[in-house]
Amino acid sequence: MTDMTTEQLLDVTVNVNGVPRTASVPARRLLSDFLRHDLQLTGTHVGCEHGVCGACTVLVDGKPMRSCLMFAVTAQDHRVTTVEGLCDAPDARPCATGERMNPVQQAFAECHGLQCGFCTPGFLTTVTAYLEENPAPTQDEAREAISGNLCRCTGYQNIVKSVLRAAEIRTERLGEDGGEAGYAAAPAARHTSSSANGGERA
Amino acid sequence: MKPAPFVHHAPRSVEEAVDVLAQVGHDGKVLAGGQSLIPILNMRLASPGHLVDINRVAGLDRVEVRDGDVRVGALVRHAELEHHEGAYAALPLLRQALVNVAHPAIRNRGTTVGSIAHADAAGEMPAILALTEGVVEAAGPRGTREISPADFFLGALETCLAEDELAVAVRFPRFSPGTATAFAESARRHGDYAMAGVAAAVTVVDGVITDARTSFVSVTDVPSVLDLTEVLGGSEPADADWAAAAEVVRGHVEPEADIHATADYRRMLAGELARRVLAQAAQNAATTKGSSH
Amino acid sequence: MTTQMFGAPIRRKEDPRLLTGGGRYLDDLGQHALAAAFVRSPHAHARITDIDVTDAVDVGGIVAIYTWEDLPGKVAEPLPLLIPHPTLTHGRTGYALARDEVNHVGEPVVMVVATDRYLAEDACQRIRVDYELLPVVVGIENARDGAHLVHEDAPGNVAAHMVQETGDVEAALATAPHTLTLDLAIERSACMPMEGKGVYARWNDEDGELRIYSSTQTSTGVRAAVAAKLELPLAKVECIAPDVGGGFGVKIMHPWPEEVLVPWAARLLKREVKWAEDRREHFISSAHERGQLQKVTVGFDDEGRVLGLDVKFWHDNGAYTPYGIIVPIITSTQLLGPYKPGAYRCEFWSLYTNTVLVTPYRGAGRPQGVFAMERTMDAIADYLDLDRAEVRSRNFILPEEMPYDHGLLFQDGRPLKYDSGDFPASLDKLKKLVGWDDFEAYRAEAEAEGRKVGLGIGCYVEGTGVGPYEGGHITIETSGRVNVATGLTTQGQGHQTAFAQIVAQELGVPIEDVHVTTGDTRKMPYAVGTFASRAAVMSGNAIALATRNVKAKALRIAADALEVSEDDLEIVDGVVQVKGAPTTSMPLGTVAVLSNPLRYAFDDAAKAATQFAGTFDPDKPPVADDEEPGLEGRDFYSPTQATFANGMHAAIVETDPVTAEIRILRYCVIHDCGTMINPMIVEGQVHGGVAQGVGGALYERMAYDESGQLLNASFMDFLMPYASEVPHIEADHLETPSPLNPLGIKGAGEAGCIPVSAVIASAIEDAEGFPITSMPISPVELWELRQRHETGELPSLRHHHGQHQTAAAPSRDQEPTA
Repeated sequence: MTDMTTEQLLDVTVNVNGVPRTASVPARRLLSDFLRHDLQLTGTHVGCEHGVCGACTVLVDGKPMRSCLMFAVTAQDHRVTTVEGLCDAPDARPCATGERMNPVQQAFAECHGLQCGFCTPGFLTTVTAYLEENPAPTQDEAREAISGNLCRCTGYQNIVKSVLRAAEIRTERLGEDGGEAGYAAAPAARHTSSSANGGERA
Repeated sequence: MKPAPFVHHAPRSVEEAVDVLAQVGHDGKVLAGGQSLIPILNMRLASPGHLVDINRVAGLDRVEVRDGDVRVGALVRHAELEHHEGAYAALPLLRQALVNVAHPAIRNRGTTVGSIAHADAAGEMPAILALTEGVVEAAGPRGTREISPADFFLGALETCLAEDELAVAVRFPRFSPGTATAFAESARRHGDYAMAGVAAAVTVVDGVITDARTSFVSVTDVPSVLDLTEVLGGSEPADADWAAAAEVVRGHVEPEADIHATADYRRMLAGELARRVLAQAAQNAATTKGSSH
Repeated sequence: MTTQMFGAPIRRKEDPRLLTGGGRYLDDLGQHALAAAFVRSPHAHARITDIDVTDAVDVGGIVAIYTWEDLPGKVAEPLPLLIPHPTLTHGRTGYALARDEVNHVGEPVVMVVATDRYLAEDACQRIRVDYELLPVVVGIENARDGAHLVHEDAPGNVAAHMVQETGDVEAALATAPHTLTLDLAIERSACMPMEGKGVYARWNDEDGELRIYSSTQTSTGVRAAVAAKLELPLAKVECIAPDVGGGFGVKIMHPWPEEVLVPWAARLLKREVKWAEDRREHFISSAHERGQLQKVTVGFDDEGRVLGLDVKFWHDNGAYTPYGIIVPIITSTQLLGPYKPGAYRCEFWSLYTNTVLVTPYRGAGRPQGVFAMERTMDAIADYLDLDRAEVRSRNFILPEEMPYDHGLLFQDGRPLKYDSGDFPASLDKLKKLVGWDDFEAYRAEAEAEGRKVGLGIGCYVEGTGVGPYEGGHITIETSGRVNVATGLTTQGQGHQTAFAQIVAQELGVPIEDVHVTTGDTRKMPYAVGTFASRAAVMSGNAIALATRNVKAKALRIAADALEVSEDDLEIVDGVVQVKGAPTTSMPLGTVAVLSNPLRYAFDDAAKAATQFAGTFDPDKPPVADDEEPGLEGRDFYSPTQATFANGMHAAIVETDPVTAEIRILRYCVIHDCGTMINPMIVEGQVHGGVAQGVGGALYERMAYDESGQLLNASFMDFLMPYASEVPHIEADHLETPSPLNPLGIKGAGEAGCIPVSAVIASAIEDAEGFPITSMPISPVELWELRQRHETGELPSLRHHHGQHQTAAAPSRDQEPTA
């Protein structure tokens, strides 16, 4: 075991929500703690710290990953998007109370897709990335898409609804934008093929 | 649940990584995707003094689809391999198994080589390495060596890799023409470690089964291949004796009990899943003549 | 008219904030606070012989290390027994830090305070505690047999023994044409909110004041408990529940050891201190619930009417009883559901085990009681070869029999008296929803395809909205902003929306102007807490009454200013106006100005209220004798008894003929919680409850080994359902208003989870053709039951309608005893 009294600090720079952010942290600092405590981006929540619950899911280079299962030092120089960053997406729009919400955030508000809100940021990041891959999921696909995140409040019914509604809002806003709604994935990774069957809307 | 302190090493090349591993010896651990390792560190079930983080090592992030095999570098994430169309065309079994590895967010980070090097009997990809009779490429101070699954897996969570060796790639050989594969597992929840899982490869030539093999998840200590050609060979898929094959499977596996399932249940499950995947693979082999699907 | 708010599916006011990373949960606060971590007992039952912290003091960043010996005064005394009861003759509570004995794995022994949590855990790892191991009591059978004792001075491990009886059960059973006996079991589960517990304390040394933030379901409770422990005047302590990431019962327990220790250390160190529970801690040191063994004897007539019901059960209360015996009391009373039991006797023993303590988890004893009753109903139906819904219907309390007094005492010590409900109508709706009468045709189709399916049903009644009281406080600012405060706390129920709907409706203001605060003792010091599905009933009605008060005051002041009669005024969209002549009007903000005569003009509104503004009557005081300054209203709601909601669920399940895997194909809910404030929120509560019920029925259990180690203390092995495990839920509502409160509402928070284990057991039994008596059930267990059934060890149902009936055993083990 190393000498705890002189734990080495590393200057770690991570591009978070489009901005390079640097903090001096020990090697063992989890990315989740780095975001929450070193950068004070507390929108990312920690529910288990063993990678099962998904509350801490953020987008790393556009892909959902568990921030509790990454060290900040390994995220060095990568692009991280947190729930706060979803509000800056090109397809985010201000709501009545002023907050900017991307289609997924908007859909969760419309469909009562959250109760206590603790697991919600992990769902929002996961679903945002998922819709980049599959812009028109069926109900079964929507359910599958959220099946790696735990929620103890909603019974998932309205989260499934929210995914389907988010796809609709996203498409609407895509029309408004003339095509540039994407955010999570790099444009090259995006493809538009999807099932023609929109599925039964809940 | 916070990990104990460690010294972080970020080598840029395989040579450098191997050097560091040699220096830190048994107090070192390789960090690639970390999806199995970091939970253990967070719970302080292990506290290595040194982590050799290979995420910046150049050249390990490639999937190569070659004439004889699919070669997967140590930094290829499960999701990349899963979505790789060339790899799927060459060896559909890879995707068939990978979609069962935990959840997408884990697959986006975890590496296929890492899960093989972790050698968890409940892991899907060690079973696939075994069934394909693949190869682990390991780099060490004395150069590179190629290791067969039979030599590589020594026991649960135990491989033949030396402390100063790094698994840099694995190769999954393609199956012979006329072979089709299938994979199924049963977990308590979608995405959990399976109570049992079975991968099957069945070759059909001129409408008759000529080769049939299975490997297993969660019901054997180390990944092993069970050759069922003796039971199924010579039959047409429509009237092969799947029940007899399942019986052999039940005799072959050595499941252990845990809080999710008894050994007897896992044995039954392995037999039933084998029956299903063998039939499915044979059916596919018969209908996609000559191709490896 | 102002837009109809009450009863409308209004989108939640809290959501934009929570969806954009703006939530403020416990661990989001106090970014610079010191971090606490705990050395917890690795043993289930042991004597502490030595604690050596030498190696830990060298760890960088360590500020303090405490053991029991460091604790002063009342902090060193046992934690309070919150809810005493005459039958809780051997109540025991633990210490904030273990004194010389530990009684479950996870009990806190040493507290470490450091500059961050990583370092605090480093220090914990270096502290050596020596233990002398003692015999361990795990499981209800071992507790009941009493060979070893958890507490030496609690003989037989019995904490409480309670009997309630109405009518002559012995006589009723002796004369009943038929009797059956059932032995039943339910295992432990737990609330498992996504956010663990947590507490953050700031000691203000200049003022000698303490502020506590706790992820709690009762900030008034925590405030009072900590003030008592730290021997501080209540006036010097305030407690705030910030955003709370789920509760489900576990956070109504208080004070948790950490809720005492963190504020104590903050005061001692004169530093901010915070503890955020991690998941493993939550598993081994927060509360569990559900574990019971039950024995039911029922006497009934040829029509299936229950004549006498004799229930005995043994309840696992874990190592301590700080929350009393609320859970088994609820089981013993709410077991009766919508039925008339004839004569009824319920006897229970609440038993100690060397496991983490047991306090209410959503449903709070009802799922166990409903399991007992509903299994009994199915057994009667099978015995007499009657339709299962028909047997239930024959035993229903009818609408014309309301209010219906069972002659028992409920958990609040008041009579168990149902206020309203229309059970036949609910059953009718459920049968239509699930297609009850068409099921046999569906089963035949499925069987033709080699599939096994079953239909299950379960009914429940839930006492909600128990007292003693809650309050509401409304203030209207000169801007027209309406501030609403109630003291109970929020863990996702949408109180900021639902309570705002009540105020908007009652007062006649836009909902955007209404701002609700909950769980902050600075805003409302009189409150009880959020539990027992009571928030909407208690605070909802208190807020409605307070709104009526403030509205009356606004109308009085406006009537005076506009020189009209109060009766001629109405409030529409925040403006007080004359009915039929809306040009004679005054915004509520102006009324607020007039309500508070001022000396100083600090803004334009205040200027209008100063003593030299406008005209006044020199003979009257600026504030009338019977008024107070300010446009405020406050009131409390304190009912004489609980109000009783009810519901009925049905499910269709499919079981794999080979692997015994269980899939829920359909899940149908009829729910009656009286008048709904916001049906969208009610439905969300039902969904969440059903999902927790499905977890409890098919996935979740606390797996202790014989040495008291919890083998599945992680989300990897404690199988909380993902979306892939929860079926689509079909829900419909009946609204039978409660006659007990002004708004006609009943609680809805717990309902969804209550009957699920009973319903799934009923459906699996129907699919399999042999009795299901123990829940949860996994594929392995079902597979083993099938094997026992095949060998004849487990008898078939008598009158099963599927093909899977075996001829081997003509009757189940519940043979008639008379």
